[in-house]
Amino acid sequence: MARDLTPLFEPRGVVVTGVSSHPGKFGFVTLHNLLSCGYRGDVFAVGRGEDTILGRPVLTSVDAVPHGAADLLVACTPVSANEEIIRSAAERGVRAVFVAAGGYAEAGPEGAEAEARLVTLADELDLVLAGPNGQGVTSPSVGLCAQIVAPFPPRGRIGVASQSGNFVSAFQNYASQTGVGLSRSVSAGNAAATGVADYLEWFADDPETDVGLCYVEGLDDGRDFFERIRSVTPRMPVVVVKGGATHGGQRAAASHTGSLATDDRVFDGMARQAGMVRATTIEAAFEAAATLATQPLPGGNGVLVLTTAGGWGVVTADAVTAHPDLVLTALPADLLASVDALLPPRWSRNNPVDLAGGETRDTIPELLDLVAGHPAVDSVVQLGLGIQGNTAALTRDGPFHPDYGLDRIVDFHERQEQRYAEAAVAAATSHGKPVLVASELAVAQPDNPMVTAVRESGRLCYPSADRAVVALGHLSRYAAWCRART
Amino acid sequence: MTENGIDSPTRRGTRTLSEARSRQIVADAGIPVSAWATVGDPEAAVDVARSVGLPAVIKLCGDAIAHKTERGLVRLSLTSEDEVRKAATELLAAARPEDGPVELLVSTMVRGSRELIAGMVRNPQFGPCVMLGVGGVLAEAVADAAFRLAPLDRLDAHDLINDLGAQALLGEFRGEPAVDRNALAEILCALGDLSTDPDVASVDLNPLILVDGQAVAVDALVEAFRDKDPA
Repeated sequence: MARDLTPLFEPRGVVVTGVSSHPGKFGFVTLHNLLSCGYRGDVFAVGRGEDTILGRPVLTSVDAVPHGAADLLVACTPVSANEEIIRSAAERGVRAVFVAAGGYAEAGPEGAEAEARLVTLADELDLVLAGPNGQGVTSPSVGLCAQIVAPFPPRGRIGVASQSGNFVSAFQNYASQTGVGLSRSVSAGNAAATGVADYLEWFADDPETDVGLCYVEGLDDGRDFFERIRSVTPRMPVVVVKGGATHGGQRAAASHTGSLATDDRVFDGMARQAGMVRATTIEAAFEAAATLATQPLPGGNGVLVLTTAGGWGVVTADAVTAHPDLVLTALPADLLASVDALLPPRWSRNNPVDLAGGETRDTIPELLDLVAGHPAVDSVVQLGLGIQGNTAALTRDGPFHPDYGLDRIVDFHERQEQRYAEAAVAAATSHGKPVLVASELAVAQPDNPMVTAVRESGRLCYPSADRAVVALGHLSRYAAWCRART
Repeated sequence: MTENGIDSPTRRGTRTLSEARSRQIVADAGIPVSAWATVGDPEAAVDVARSVGLPAVIKLCGDAIAHKTERGLVRLSLTSEDEVRKAATELLAAARPEDGPVELLVSTMVRGSRELIAGMVRNPQFGPCVMLGVGGVLAEAVADAAFRLAPLDRLDAHDLINDLGAQALLGEFRGEPAVDRNALAEILCALGDLSTDPDVASVDLNPLILVDGQAVAVDALVEAFRDKDPA
């Protein structure tokens, strides 16, 4: 039975201790972030020295918080003060504590003793204890930004739990950049009482969350982690990045968390056996999670590559062919005949389906629907969009616009890009298959109308075909795992 | 046992069982092992070689003998009864007092161009695991191996086989048929099941030789926890 983490992620009200007027202090930053991101619950600042901070009255003690007004305590106070504060908070009805302060197990034997006392106290008071030594917690769905760092990510369907706070921030940054948002994020810190598996178990039953995304370094009890995650993955995909995968990385991890990293091959086998999606980099992990959160699962591993022109399709076909979990679908004769009817004869007549510039106004939307609808195709990678938008941008910014009739062609190009992006979404939705759009314009020209339209659809515009293929490979592998076991 | 059910071999201490004992344990678990018997004298060795089929292999075995190959206590490719008799005589003469009780392990010489390694180990973090890897002379350089946590079900075992990088090695190869993946999966499941014996610390099948697509163990090494002997 998963521990109920509702008071941590959706608290009625929040108490912050250690609030000072110094804008560089954690207490100040936490209070500022709580008041700045749309949280509608009550926020109680507890500190010393000032009557008001950020226009809020500062309480001198947690005892002054009205009973039952707050579920969550964010402790930015030092080790020596926290036990008494937590006791008082529990008396005021607080049910969850995030201890942001460091100085616990990561700091030495005395800190470890203090951390052990914290765990005992939380048990005794029946509190959810998150941290210590963590950066905080967010729930974009309720505007909760109880963290000592930025950014506040957009709302989405990915739940993040990490043994490194900086990677929480990294995932939040990717969410902000791509628009594929997060449902929850939490920095597990030293994970004294609540670990990554606890968060993932709760995410699995959380109506706001469709995908779990986690970063782990060391696991105190790997077998327990395995058993618990294995029971989560049939309900919710879990993407994992493992730090300390090499000997060099293991040394850095040991000095970072105080827990030894595990042998990578065993971890890898464990992850696969548990049905986890293991990504090799932080960006690949985010993209895998974003794909799982926004695309349907494919029914098989057959990929069709659709491109408006040459080289893109060739290298993407190479990447699909080299991927152990994907197959470049042989173009069925009936599909070939249907495509023939839409394109001039110079098209590739093969997979990749290369239009060779033969498209007219409605070709791309029609083709997307056609190939995605064919039973031999399990997923589609669409390349070479954004060219018209790119051209439009240069024309629009040039000295001849809007004269010489250029405004009409600019408008046409931009409308077309938007249509293409919408057609990719429509094909994925109506046929229940992943349709991934990849273009370097995602980062090179983020305001390209194709890129913005993909973003507005809530999906990822993949920055390269290779990255789309990697993400699709993860999706395909997870789908196969689910099919085999359910 | 620790609270998470993971025994640490280093904490409890282990000892290696003789190859004969090890072979018996893995054979009892249902793992195919090259035909063999143990004997005490050269004439009996000849009888066994005749019944299991030449060419034969003879090894000098004893619980205290750990490194047979390094000490030259393995004789391969014995193609005649005379060669068997001679090798058996020499091996018995090579026994040292510190080896304790010894015996001759006579087996048929299994030949195949492909070798795998499989085993069961207890990982301090994840508990018992089953490994499958590419064997043979290049094994160390290639380092193609994968793990699953024990026990394994059939799907886990097939996934483990699929995890090897050298999939071409498992297909049709130099006129030999593709590996029987179902049979190999059974071996991997059996290795996983051996972890339920709390006295077995580890199992090593090195190598498993592929004969007509069937994996056969031609050597086995079981480590037992020091205070117990596997049943």
